[in-house]
Amino acid sequence: MRKSGPDSGRVPFWRDIRVLRVLAQFVFLIAVVALILWAISNYSQRGLIFSYSFLHKEASFDLAEGIEFKPTDTYARAFLVGVVNTIRVAVIGIVLATILGLFTGIARLSRNWLVSKIARVYIEIIRNTPLLVQLFFLYFAVILKLPKLSEAVVLPGPAFLSNRGIVAPWPRLTPVFRLWWPFLLLALVAAVVLIIIRRRTRARLGRPGIGAVWVLACLILIPLAGWLIVPGNPLWLDVPELIQKAGGVFKVEGGVILSSEFTALLVGLVIYTGAYIAEVVRAGLQSVAKGQTEAARAQGFTNGQIVRLIVLPQALRVIIPPLISQYLNLTKNSSLAIAIGFLDLYAVSQTMLNQSGRVVEVFFMIMGSYLAISLTISLIMNIVNKRMQIVER
Amino acid sequence: MTDPFDMEMPPRVEIGVLGWLKNNLFSPWYNALLTVVSLAFVIFVVRAILRWAFFSARWEVVTTNLKVFMIGRYPAAEAWRVIASLAIVVVLAGLSWAFRKAKDRPIRRWLVLAWIVSFPVIGILLRGFGEDNPFMPRVSAEVWSGLLLTLVLAIVGIAASFPIGVLMALGRRSRLPVIKILCTIYIETIRGVPLISVLFMSQLMLPLFLPPHIRLATVMRALVGITLFSAAYTAENVRGGMAAVPRGQYEAAQAVGLNKALMMILIVLPQALRNVIPAIVGQFTALFKDTTLVVIVGLLELLGIGKAVTGQRQFIGLHQEVYFFVAVLFFICCFLMSYGSRRLEKALGVGER
Amino acid sequence: MMSEVDMERSDTADQIIRCREVHKWFGTFHVLRGVDLMVRKGEVIVICGPSGSGKSTFIRCINRLEEHQKGTIVVDGIEVTNDLRNIHAVQREIGMVFQQFNLFPHLKVIDNVTLAPIWVRRWSKDQAVKIAEELLNRVGIPEQAQKYPGQLSGGQQQRLAIARALAMQPKIMLFDEPTSALDPEMIKEVLDVMVELAKSGMTMIVVTHEMGFAKQVADRIYFFDDGSIVEYNTPAEFFLKPKEERTKKFLSQILTH
Repeated sequence: MRKSGPDSGRVPFWRDIRVLRVLAQFVFLIAVVALILWAISNYSQRGLIFSYSFLHKEASFDLAEGIEFKPTDTYARAFLVGVVNTIRVAVIGIVLATILGLFTGIARLSRNWLVSKIARVYIEIIRNTPLLVQLFFLYFAVILKLPKLSEAVVLPGPAFLSNRGIVAPWPRLTPVFRLWWPFLLLALVAAVVLIIIRRRTRARLGRPGIGAVWVLACLILIPLAGWLIVPGNPLWLDVPELIQKAGGVFKVEGGVILSSEFTALLVGLVIYTGAYIAEVVRAGLQSVAKGQTEAARAQGFTNGQIVRLIVLPQALRVIIPPLISQYLNLTKNSSLAIAIGFLDLYAVSQTMLNQSGRVVEVFFMIMGSYLAISLTISLIMNIVNKRMQIVER
Repeated sequence: MTDPFDMEMPPRVEIGVLGWLKNNLFSPWYNALLTVVSLAFVIFVVRAILRWAFFSARWEVVTTNLKVFMIGRYPAAEAWRVIASLAIVVVLAGLSWAFRKAKDRPIRRWLVLAWIVSFPVIGILLRGFGEDNPFMPRVSAEVWSGLLLTLVLAIVGIAASFPIGVLMALGRRSRLPVIKILCTIYIETIRGVPLISVLFMSQLMLPLFLPPHIRLATVMRALVGITLFSAAYTAENVRGGMAAVPRGQYEAAQAVGLNKALMMILIVLPQALRNVIPAIVGQFTALFKDTTLVVIVGLLELLGIGKAVTGQRQFIGLHQEVYFFVAVLFFICCFLMSYGSRRLEKALGVGER
Repeated sequence: MMSEVDMERSDTADQIIRCREVHKWFGTFHVLRGVDLMVRKGEVIVICGPSGSGKSTFIRCINRLEEHQKGTIVVDGIEVTNDLRNIHAVQREIGMVFQQFNLFPHLKVIDNVTLAPIWVRRWSKDQAVKIAEELLNRVGIPEQAQKYPGQLSGGQQQRLAIARALAMQPKIMLFDEPTSALDPEMIKEVLDVMVELAKSGMTMIVVTHEMGFAKQVADRIYFFDDGSIVEYNTPAEFFLKPKEERTKKFLSQILTH
C-alpha cells in the first residue's frame, strides 16, 4: 500500500518536465515569429515593398575612389566598388598590423627595460583611446595638415606626400607580361614541390633535407631567369611626376594614388590593431613555460633553434585564435571609413540607401557581406585550430 | 675557518642602481645600441610634443569651450540639473563603497533599490517636464550632447546590456534546441557585423517596424543599438565564465533541493561572473569607447561636439588641440576603469580560494 | 535469507526506497540492466563493485540527478517520474555527499550549510544558523564556521559536505564514494562521522570500497557489476562466503592491500 503524497500515477501535464520543455520552446518560437510578423505588417502598412530590382538601375552618383565606375553604372556595380575598397584596406591592413604587432609584442618582452617600456606605453595609449578619435586625429589633425600638392614632401622613389595623400611608384604590366607569367607559375609550382619534398623527408628522417633557402631561391631565381629570357620587360615602373599646368595648378601624373582618406584609415587601423595583436603575441610567447627553453638549452640547442623548433610552435597554438579574432575586428572596424570619407562597402551602401530609399534591402546586403566575411574567417580559424591541437589524453 | 662577516661583496658595478642599469639597459652590446637608439627616439618625440603643446598649440579652443565639451547644447541655465544628477551618482557610489562590507541585508536592499530608482529619477531630472514648467522646462533628449551624452549612453548601455547578455548566455547554454538555436543566431549575427551597421539598423529600421505614430528619439534608438550590440559580447563572456563552473556545482545545488532558478542565481552565476570580471569590464570599457560611433548617426557626444567645435569661426581647423583633449579625457576614463577592475578582482578574492 | 518477495509482503510499511527493474541507457550503452533494490527505514546499505559498473549512476537515479528510462523508483511513497513536483519533493528528502565534495566556494562554511534551509525550507536566518552550528559541531568543525571551504583540509571539507546535506533534515542520505578523493590520513575522520550518523538511525546508501566501514555498520552489502546486482548479503556472510565467481574475484582484489 502506498502512502498518499504527491501523485504517483499519471503525471498532470503542467508538471511533467518533458512537456514543460517542449512547451517552453514552443512559446519562445511563437513569440519570436509573432514579433517578426508584426514588424512585417507595420512595414507593409507604410506601403513599402521588398525587392532587389533596384540593383539594376542607374546609380546617378559618382564614386571618387576604387575600381572603374561611372554614374551610369548600376547600383550593383557601385556596391562592388565598395566591397573591393573594403577588401583592399582590410588585406593590406591585416598584413601591416601583423608585422607591427609581432615586433611590438616581442619588444614588450625584451630584456631591455627602455624598449619594453616604450612598447608598453604605445599599447596602453592606443588601447585606452577610441579608434574613432584616433582616426579623426590622423585624418584631420595630421594628414589634412600636410602641405599642399605644390609643396609636397618628396620621399625617395620619388613619392609625394601631401594633404591629398600619397603618390608612389607602382609596377604596371606591359604586353610582354603575357610571355612572362608562365615563369611565375613555374616558380610557384617548383616551390610547392620543394615544400612537399621537405615535408616527406622530415617525416622519414626527422630533418627537412633540403634547406628552406632553396624554396626562396626558386621563387626569386626562376622569375629572374624568365625576365632575362623574354624580349623586353614584363613590368615597368610608373614613376609619378609633379607637373605644373596652366593657371598654377599642380598635378601628379603616373604612379599610384593612395588617397588621404585611404591612408588615414589604413594607418589608423594598423596602429590600433597592431597594439591588440602585440598583446596577443605577448600572451602567446609567455604561455610557453620557461622550463621548455631551459630544457632545450640544456640539450644543447642554439638560440635560433630553440625559438624555431620549440617556442614558436607552442606559442603559435595560443596566438592564432585570438589573432584571427583581431583580423575580424580590423575588417569590421574598416566600416568607420564613412566617418572620414573613404568609400568602403558601408559608405557606398549608405549612399545607395539615400539615393534609392531601399532601406531594408540595402541593410540586408550590408549585414550579409560582413557576415560572409566573418564566417569565412571563423571557418579558417576552426580549420587552423583543429590542425594545431596538441594531442592530449 | 673563514669569518662569516668576512664575505666578499660582488663588484660594485653589479649591484644597486649601477647594476640595474647595466643588466637592463646595456648588456650585452646590442642592448646598449638599442638603448641609445630608443632614448634618442623618445627624446625626439617628447620634445616635439612638448614644443607643440606649449608653444604652437592654441589651447583657448579647449578652455573657452569647456562647458560645451561637458554638456554640449544643454541649455546653460539648466546646467544645475546635470550637476544634480552627477551628485546623485557620486553620493550613491560613495554610500555603496562605504557599506560594501555591510552584513545586514536591509541596507544592501535599500542601496540596490536606490540605484534602480536613480535611473528614472535622473532621466526625469535631465529631461524635465513641459515647455511652460518654470522649474524644470523640458530639455529634449535630442539636445543632450557632449560628455553628458557619452556618459548617459555608456551607463544606460552597460546597465541594460548586462542582464540581457546574461539571459542570452543562459539561453545559448540551454538544452532546449529552439532556445539554444535562436540565441546562438542572435549572438553570432551581432558579433559578425560592425557596430555601425547595428546602429544604422536601429536608427532607420526600428521606426519602420513600429506603428507610424510612435516616434523614438534618436538617442533612444542609438541606445537600443548599443545595448543589443554589447549584450551579444557580454553573453559570450558570461558563457565562458559559466563553462568554467564545474558540473558538480550544478549537481550539489540540485541535490540540496534548489530549483533551477535558485541554482543559477545563488550558485552558478556568482561563480561564473567572478571568473570573467576582466573580460566583462573589458567589454564595458569597449562600450564606453564605442559610444563615439554615434557621431556617425548624427548624435553629438564628446567626440562629435569636438568636431563641431573645430567648425567654430574663431577656432577653425584647430583639430590637433581638440582631438588631443578628447583623447586624453577618454584615456583617463578607460584607465580608471581597468584600474577599478583590478581592484574589484582583488576585493572579490578572485584566484585566491 | 528471505527472498525479495517475502520481504515485501511483511515489511512494506517500513520501506523507504523501492527500486524495481530499473534500466538506463547512455545512448546505446546499457548502463543499468534491471536493478532491484529495497531499503527499509534506518538501514545502512553499502554498494561496491568495479569502476564503470554503474553503481554511481544507479544512486544518482534515486535522487534524479540522472534519469532512468525503464522501471520504477519509489522514495518515501513518492515515485520518481517526470513530474516536476515529485522531483523537487524527492530532492528535498534526500541528502547527497559527493566524491569531489562540490562545496560552494564563494560562500563561507556556515553559509554553505544554511543556504538551502533558508531558500528552500524558508526558515529564518536565525533558525538556520542555529541548526547549522549544531551540525558543524556534530561533524567536528565548529570553529571553521567563518572560513571559506578552500581554506579547509580535504577531510574537513567532506565533513562540511555531510553537514550541508544534513541541514535539510533529509530522510535518506546517499554517499557517492565519499572517501575516494581523500588523502589516507583523513579518511578515518570522515568515516567516523558516517558511523555516528548510521548509529543514530539515518537511512543510508553508501557507494564505497571501505570494507571496514561496511563491516561496522552495514545491514547489507550489494555487489554491483556490469549494470546489475550480482549478489548481496549481510556483511558477515558476504565476506566469508561469497557465492559468485565475480564477487570472489573482486573481493580478492580489494582485500589484499
